[in-house]
Amino acid sequence: MAKTLTLLLMDPPFESANTATAFRLIDAALRKGHTVNVFAYEGAVNLTMKGQQQHPNPAHGKTVEEEQHPLTRDIVSGLFTSGGGDRLRWINCGLCVDERGAGDWVDGPRRGGPGDFWKWVTESDQTLVIPCR
Amino acid sequence: MPSYLFIESRDPFETRDVEEGYRLLAELAAKNTPVTLFLVQNGVLVARQGARAEQFAALAANPRVKVLADTFALQERGIPTNALLPGVQASDMDALVDLLMVDDQKAIWH
Repeated sequence: MAKTLTLLLMDPPFESANTATAFRLIDAALRKGHTVNVFAYEGAVNLTMKGQQQHPNPAHGKTVEEEQHPLTRDIVSGLFTSGGGDRLRWINCGLCVDERGAGDWVDGPRRGGPGDFWKWVTESDQTLVIPCR
Repeated sequence: MPSYLFIESRDPFETRDVEEGYRLLAELAAKNTPVTLFLVQNGVLVARQGARAEQFAALAANPRVKVLADTFALQERGIPTNALLPGVQASDMDALVDLLMVDDQKAIWH
């Protein structure tokens, strides 16, 4: 039976293994037919920034193409595709976005606030908060 | 009856508060509350045979506690499943999603 999972993420991109695990969890839930709500709080609003760019790795002598550095914006976009357009809902905390100048993001997420998270919690079958250290 | 799913991402050799989570699970299990410990990320390091972590070993040996370890995290760290302590089962994200969706399951990430 399809259910709804709400996640709160706080870690910024390229910082913590929490992000990779959260992405894997979202992917698994979507593949199982569930709906996933993601509330991106604090540094996690940077996960969706459109301006992220791949880079070479001079230490290993690799070009941009060879390095194939994964970008969180691309992973989020892929998850929206997996979710078929309506089973993944993503809200970036507006105040956190403004503080960080992170307002230019990929298609899919919308702006919101903690009240949206509270509403999702009351409507979901499960809520998991993945905090920073 | 509520059940508890504790997702541990940290290594007890890195931070002592991990042991507080183990203690919480042991106390819940002692009250016959269903509990599952799901290890992810560096949380799997303690599940190796030979790791000196008495509190974790006691949990793994407790028949009232289900202990699962993320296969992806094990592979990343070069830990084969046959090197896991008895009582620890290799698992995956699909299983974690199923556990999260169990009715009246209370989920905690640490």
